[in-house]
Amino acid sequence: MSGLAMPKPDAETMRRRAEIVADMRIIVPGEGVVDAANEMRAFESDGLTAYRQLPLVVVLPETVAQVSRVLKYCNERNIRVVPRGSGTSLSGGALPLEDAVLLVMSRFNRILAIDYPNRIVVAQPGVTNLGITTAVEQEGFYYAPDPSSQIACSIGGNVAENSGGVHCLKYGLTANNVLGIEMVLMNGEVVRLGGSHLDQEGYDLLGVMTGSEGLLGVVTEVTVRILKKPETARALLIGFPTSEEGGQCVADIIGAGIIPGGMEMMDRPAIHAAEDFVHAGYPLDVEALLIVELDGPSVEVDHLIGLVEAIAYRNGSSTCRISQSEQERLSFWAGRKAAFPAVGRISPDYYCMDGTIPRKELPRVLAGMRDLSEKYGLGVANVFHAGDGNLHPLILYDANVPGELDKAESFGADILRLCVEVGGVLTGEHGVGVEKRDLMPEMFNQIDLDQQMRVKCAFDPNHLLNPGKVFPQLRRCAELGRMHVHRGQVAFPDIPRF
Amino acid sequence: MTTFTPSTPAETLSTIQWAAAEETPLEILGHGSKRGIGRPLQTEHTLDLSRLTGVTLYEPAELVLSTRAGTPLAEIEKLLAENGQQFAFEPMDYGPLLGSEPGKGTIGGVLASNLSGPRRLKAGAARDHILGVAAVSGRGEAFKSGGRVVKNVTGYDLSKLMANSWGTLAVLTDVTFKVLPAAETEVTLAIRGLLDDAAVAAMALALGSSAEVSSAAHLPERIAAKVAGGKHGSDAATLLRVEGFGPSVVYRIEALRKLLDKAGPLEEIAGEASKAIWRDIRDCVPFADGGARPIWRVSMAPSQAHHMVMALRMQAAVDAFYDWQGGLVWLSMREDDPEADLLRGLIRKYGGGHGTLVRASAPHRAALPVFEPQPPHLAALSAHLKAEFDPKQILNPGRMA
Repeated sequence: MSGLAMPKPDAETMRRRAEIVADMRIIVPGEGVVDAANEMRAFESDGLTAYRQLPLVVVLPETVAQVSRVLKYCNERNIRVVPRGSGTSLSGGALPLEDAVLLVMSRFNRILAIDYPNRIVVAQPGVTNLGITTAVEQEGFYYAPDPSSQIACSIGGNVAENSGGVHCLKYGLTANNVLGIEMVLMNGEVVRLGGSHLDQEGYDLLGVMTGSEGLLGVVTEVTVRILKKPETARALLIGFPTSEEGGQCVADIIGAGIIPGGMEMMDRPAIHAAEDFVHAGYPLDVEALLIVELDGPSVEVDHLIGLVEAIAYRNGSSTCRISQSEQERLSFWAGRKAAFPAVGRISPDYYCMDGTIPRKELPRVLAGMRDLSEKYGLGVANVFHAGDGNLHPLILYDANVPGELDKAESFGADILRLCVEVGGVLTGEHGVGVEKRDLMPEMFNQIDLDQQMRVKCAFDPNHLLNPGKVFPQLRRCAELGRMHVHRGQVAFPDIPRF
Repeated sequence: MTTFTPSTPAETLSTIQWAAAEETPLEILGHGSKRGIGRPLQTEHTLDLSRLTGVTLYEPAELVLSTRAGTPLAEIEKLLAENGQQFAFEPMDYGPLLGSEPGKGTIGGVLASNLSGPRRLKAGAARDHILGVAAVSGRGEAFKSGGRVVKNVTGYDLSKLMANSWGTLAVLTDVTFKVLPAAETEVTLAIRGLLDDAAVAAMALALGSSAEVSSAAHLPERIAAKVAGGKHGSDAATLLRVEGFGPSVVYRIEALRKLLDKAGPLEEIAGEASKAIWRDIRDCVPFADGGARPIWRVSMAPSQAHHMVMALRMQAAVDAFYDWQGGLVWLSMREDDPEADLLRGLIRKYGGGHGTLVRASAPHRAALPVFEPQPPHLAALSAHLKAEFDPKQILNPGRMA
């Protein structure tokens, strides 16, 4: 792996490994503790496979009491802990540490309550995102956030990463669809945030926990809002001669007061890769392809399809197909949904980025990416959640060519810098993890980062939970806590007063 | 006794730096429209942000708006309306209920108290629409969090942490919100004459359908006459709001009529008349009597709240009405006693939630926890957070205690 500094393993913990493993077996009896290297291999990496590390020991608890005891034990002995859901993080959020217990939540896999009158599901954190929808779809309900890993990713992991998906422009992110959680703090205390009611009393700790990447606490229960499935959905497949026209079409759709259920864009390399792979019938002579999906009652969908078609035409669309059947709608999506594996066919490896930009900056960012692509001598294909400005450039490289991974990572970092430069952010939905950790100063100054660390200090003052992630450099809480000014040292403010 | 009135973020910063160095507490104020909520403060100095105003960025096509924190909400809502847009979370106006001038309040106050309205049910609260903030902590450190884009998981979401913090962690200087298109059409379907339990069942049925109901409230008999100037009569009214494009609204209202045709007599209320009803429900106008009797705002699971109210009535005289499918209860105590322990015990008994004593005399507010007390571990966590951001307790000290 390329020059990523992780916290130095604690010699005392490493020395006491056998004792720690034995104690874990007392806390989690049965087959919940894995310490053989060949068996731990399955856990050495998450979705960011460029980085691998065997943990100290893998622990798979089954009860909240066990989670609490494991954390309390580790907290008292200064042992680091890395929580893990299904291990689908694309930013290395669940990357193990050599001296850390890997706390795997996959045995928390039961749905605890389905409550249709209140439209909520209470689930253990290891239940998959799709598992929630599966549990309620017979009654016509679903859980809205749908990250592309939804078949595998866990709802607890979704909370940790504030996962999005293609429908979040209209239906929101995880943070907008979770009503409550139960979590265990590093000191073993169990707290509940929110519940089956709306809004949390006091500080919005639920909002802070969502997207905190496993550094603040371990989620042991999640209450989510479920929604009734829209009556119908139809999609338009619109091709444009230039990405500028495609981008303007997106702006005009939103300007007309239309919030589509999904709005995705692909550039020429992504279109070609997808079409070669799944033969979705995508036009190959366009620079940008837009999929606009409208959902709701059929009368509304038909009305909006007409409006969107007219907007596309005004913006110079060269092709526009409207799905006439469910089968055709799914075929429009087939190429987009297979975009990543399709790119995987044309390149030995690809590196998926995740910046968000103000939509209007799309042409500028695409042009910048073309320049960078030339500079680094690596190809790039783009898929884009056009409605919310979330860009997924896929950088094509070959890990077997010495130096290409480094080049791909530098290319990716430059793309993210460009995103920040135009008013965007480093990560829209994949998280900071280890991957973008060292880029945080591109977006935040030290004071900004200090405030985030202060949250960390309130939850986990010893920095034992998932260290080495998110923050480029963790400062000791005692050091952060000092106040440097005292009475009489700051002049009375010279501003209007009465 | 000094009132500081900064007009720039830099002036705000220097005021707080001075107060932090002197360890002298500040009351943080916008327009003061919600000053009567929370434990009364006794600070020597006041930081008045009502001159820290101005829209710094508004791009309707990007659905984003940034302003200084002291910008009047009314001004912003006017600007949005001119562009066919709105805050979908429908921030309420506490003016009528608290006996102050209506239409006051700053955008910073909207976030600091996490305001919302009847559309909370579908669209969320201020916390769900905030994209980024700039603020000054009680340490006198100016920081930013978030950004101007909807999808952003870069670092901790300190913007959400500001929601419902009532100026006790940091002073907001700038906020960036997501804005959304205003609905083209709105129609409200009213079911008349239902008792609470039947109303809650009808609302659950409607919300469990694909009619995309954006708000659901129940006004019991007598209360119904207190909205929209009484023009809809005094029979109990269970109200379902449907918003969107014209043809869609017609279709969905028809679907609701079919679904609920046996529930009770149905009426349709459209356009401005519908808006007037929801504005009054949003602002708790039925209890805006100019008095000072205790008013509670209670959030619970929608199917549970009316059971709690029934149990409460066996021991105390209260008036109640419901928003959020029954999950938000506005309670008006008929006597001077807020009955805080009784109420909070019943909230716990019926599945949990929280109650805020949004209107009460100053002695009651000084003696009782206005905000729902937290269990010990959670209270400790909140206290740690407060100590990290405001170690000298200079920002609204004790307000949320």
